[in-house]
Amino acid sequence: MDTINETFLLIAFFLYLLSTILFSVSVTGRKWRDKEGDMTGNRWGTLGFITAIAGFVFALGYFITRWVEAGRAPVSNMFEYMTFLGIALSFAFLIIYAIYKTNVLGMFTMPVVMLIIAYASIFPSEIEPLIPSLQSNWLKIHVTTTAIGQGILSIGFAAGLIYLIRTLDFTKRDKKVFWLEFIMYSLVSLAGFIVVRYLFQLLNYEAVFQYVDETGNEAELVYHLPAILGPNEGQLLTSGVMEPLIHLPSWLRSDDANTVVWSLLTGVVLYVLLRLILRKPIGGSLQPVLKGINPETIDEVSYRAIAIGFPVFTLGGLIFAMIWAQIAWTRFWGWDPKEVWALITFLFYAAYLHLRLSRGWHGEKSAWLCVIGFAIIMFNLVFVNLVIAGLHSYA
Amino acid sequence: MEKEKCEQCGHLNPYGTRLCQSCGNPLDEKDKKATVLDMRYEGTARRSQTYNKTIIDKIWNFFSSVKVGVWIIILVLSASALGTLFPQEMYIPGGVTPSDYYREEYGIAGQIYYELGFHNLYGSWWYMALVASLGISLVIASIDRVVPLYRSLKNQRVKKNEAFLKRQRFVGQVETDDQERAIAEAKEVLQQRKYKVREEDGNILAEKGRFSRWGPYVNHLGLIIFLTGALLRFFPGMYVDDSVWVREGETKVVPGTDGEYFIKNERFLMELYDENDEKYGEAMERTGEPVVENFQTDAVLYQRKDAGTVGTEPELEVWKEDEIRVNHPLRFNNFGLYQSDYKLNELSKMAFTLDSRETGESIGNLEIDLHDPKSEYDLGDGYKVIVHSYFPNFEFNEEGEPTTISSVPDNPAFIFQIISPEHPDEGEYSFVGIRTNEDIFKENDYEMSFADVEMNHVTGLTVRKDLTLPFLITGGSIFMIGLIQGSYWSHRRIWIQKSGKKLWIAGHTNKHLHSIKQDFKVLAEKTEFEAKENEALVTNQQKE
Ligand code: HEM
Repeated sequence: MDTINETFLLIAFFLYLLSTILFSVSVTGRKWRDKEGDMTGNRWGTLGFITAIAGFVFALGYFITRWVEAGRAPVSNMFEYMTFLGIALSFAFLIIYAIYKTNVLGMFTMPVVMLIIAYASIFPSEIEPLIPSLQSNWLKIHVTTTAIGQGILSIGFAAGLIYLIRTLDFTKRDKKVFWLEFIMYSLVSLAGFIVVRYLFQLLNYEAVFQYVDETGNEAELVYHLPAILGPNEGQLLTSGVMEPLIHLPSWLRSDDANTVVWSLLTGVVLYVLLRLILRKPIGGSLQPVLKGINPETIDEVSYRAIAIGFPVFTLGGLIFAMIWAQIAWTRFWGWDPKEVWALITFLFYAAYLHLRLSRGWHGEKSAWLCVIGFAIIMFNLVFVNLVIAGLHSYA
Repeated sequence: MEKEKCEQCGHLNPYGTRLCQSCGNPLDEKDKKATVLDMRYEGTARRSQTYNKTIIDKIWNFFSSVKVGVWIIILVLSASALGTLFPQEMYIPGGVTPSDYYREEYGIAGQIYYELGFHNLYGSWWYMALVASLGISLVIASIDRVVPLYRSLKNQRVKKNEAFLKRQRFVGQVETDDQERAIAEAKEVLQQRKYKVREEDGNILAEKGRFSRWGPYVNHLGLIIFLTGALLRFFPGMYVDDSVWVREGETKVVPGTDGEYFIKNERFLMELYDENDEKYGEAMERTGEPVVENFQTDAVLYQRKDAGTVGTEPELEVWKEDEIRVNHPLRFNNFGLYQSDYKLNELSKMAFTLDSRETGESIGNLEIDLHDPKSEYDLGDGYKVIVHSYFPNFEFNEEGEPTTISSVPDNPAFIFQIISPEHPDEGEYSFVGIRTNEDIFKENDYEMSFADVEMNHVTGLTVRKDLTLPFLITGGSIFMIGLIQGSYWSHRRIWIQKSGKKLWIAGHTNKHLHSIKQDFKVLAEKTEFEAKENEALVTNQQKE
């Protein structure tokens, strides 16, 4: 059944797609240069920005209507949280674009927004009841602020990535090129995985396992992708589907680990295909498109994003988190893996700021740090959420 | 130490100064040759850059280095990450020995993890030492910089040396016949852009956002208060972490309050979401499990009124009535009582009848409070039931004798001594449990039969007092203020200065070049003044 909020989200998704196209045209199409030789707001870029705003407005429409329908802020399971993160990323982009008017940033972030929203829609999207510990206003404030902070920090990553693609020497086959290609591979795997997942969804694929969970009890688990990794002592109840190759121990969430393996494999296939078509590293084939970008400007954009995002993340991910934890869990800090990884994110970006401000780490070094920071955020989001079972695990 | 005299203006600067505090003239050989000045901390004499003789100097210099600071941050970060590799001890299931648990669950890696003490990493001495050195570094590095920086920004003069201006990041020169008019126009534009403009001999220093320079020091101060607050927890009386189980209808003293407060559990509730609910039905059908909507204890808090002599019943006065729910603790006097655990349907009372074996006739009945059984129950007419032994959680031990595992009535059993007119002295013995009911000598005239039970919910409350919270709140707030102050504003300065027929314009910002570029752009549109990025800087970068 289609509800209003889903329609809004779908419209937002297509507007983001349109915005991606417009920004790409503005970067790759005919060039407009201003006095300083910087590429700035040409017509297509402005259109891309307007479309992105429209997308954001519809995304907000989704958020509000779903809030009304659920009777609570829609940020309480993986689907809702991921979707919100995508929206937060587009919001962060709008802020940074308003300051710097860099079209290329749109060309890179808008597709990531789409990827995140598409990824979110893989998780069950029904409105779920809230368990008592989640029934708190502080939780909403904590989660939304954190997501916005993570969104802004991710813009720092996007700008850093642009910097690297713009400046690395792809004729060499060195470590830097390898790692940049690794990032491209990761993005490709995410995209590939989403496609595969949708295909199996269309086929209504389901494999049910009976297995022994971490408390030693028998339980059932439903896979939506063929099981490469099966659950602990898992036995297939569905006939005519693939037998798992390996069984995992009970403390790992095997269905999620299976998902991870699937995305890695799809990534390999897609990446190899792309390399065969392009006959060059992916970064290397993007580089000519970015010739018009001033590396110094994009470097500053990335730092600015982090300078804006860091206080927001700290407020949401640490301070509001502590306030909520004090009320819900009786203590403001409990060294739960998710909490620790929020602290690690905080410390990492603090180190970044010090290296940049006091030790002059600009340009390439700074860009690599932005990449690592983003990897930490993603690790916390995906891995700690899904794979390590703790207080914060949704699903 | 001797003062350094500026060759240009004659100002006496503290030893170690790199840029004359009065006119900005570079004093140091290195700075004289530099094409663009290193403006960090305004070229002031910092202790750590000036002295390196005594051991105190060396410690000071070590901790004030940002390189060292970043290393400490990286170490804390890595150690923290290590602690998430396997669960910390507090998160492993209760009732297992940690050493076994880590070995069995995670194999050899788990065993090493345990042996190295990483299962309690965040409480280990070395982790705390790392955090402490972070704090020390923070304090020393801040003091080392903030004092000279404050002085130099407070005392800065408007008029600067040419050598200073042309080595700024943004510079330009203007030739005009009417210098006064040009300067006045620039002044107006800058003031419109919210610059504070100071004048001296017709020269201008326009400044904006200086307060943002204090951001890092404010945030470090906040951090230090926060860390100190966290340390206070280890002082006695600052922190209480306890728990109390209270049965429905029961009143118990709140631990940690020195017997002053008592809590009564009027009722405990566990409510589930309705499976047929329109909104959630779909989701609940998918997971197929009931979902709890609410845990709640209807509680009454009492305060003791009398002096509290041992053995006397306390005299209690109602202090507060409240519903304790998850996310809604009951608060009193710095204490919080949190809903954190529960046990449903614990046996609380059992009823029995005393029957005659022969006739099946019931002689009388009795009800036993399982938490507080009486020693005997008189049924009248010469009938009496004496509770010879009571086993709340009954089990046969290795010798085959009845014992109890705990004092919680999970599996109650009794040995009754039944006094009747037929057996007035010794009575008859009967053993009654949930699944057993036997005579000890198999030839009794009377037997106890089980009639009814009453059950009760038990609530588990966490008792928490944390007097460190005000420090943490203060520290956290100051930290956020400093962070925002330093991140969302930047310190920009624009100098305009006469030099013969020419006018120099120069600009400096501590971060976010874009903002000051924007200012220069507007200035160029509205006046003759134009400042470009320093050519020397641009050529340098191209060479790189
Ligand atoms: C978790 C710990 C820390 C946090 C969150 C923190 C935070 C910050 C922030 C946000 C800034 C401003 C950076 C910018 O605007 O780009 C800063 C600056 C600075 N921090 Fe820290 N800091 C921490 C630890 C340290 C330590 C251990 C040192 C010791 C060396 C240190 C020394 C400095 C210095 C020297 C500055 C530059 C001040 C200036 O240029 O005026 N910080 N800090």
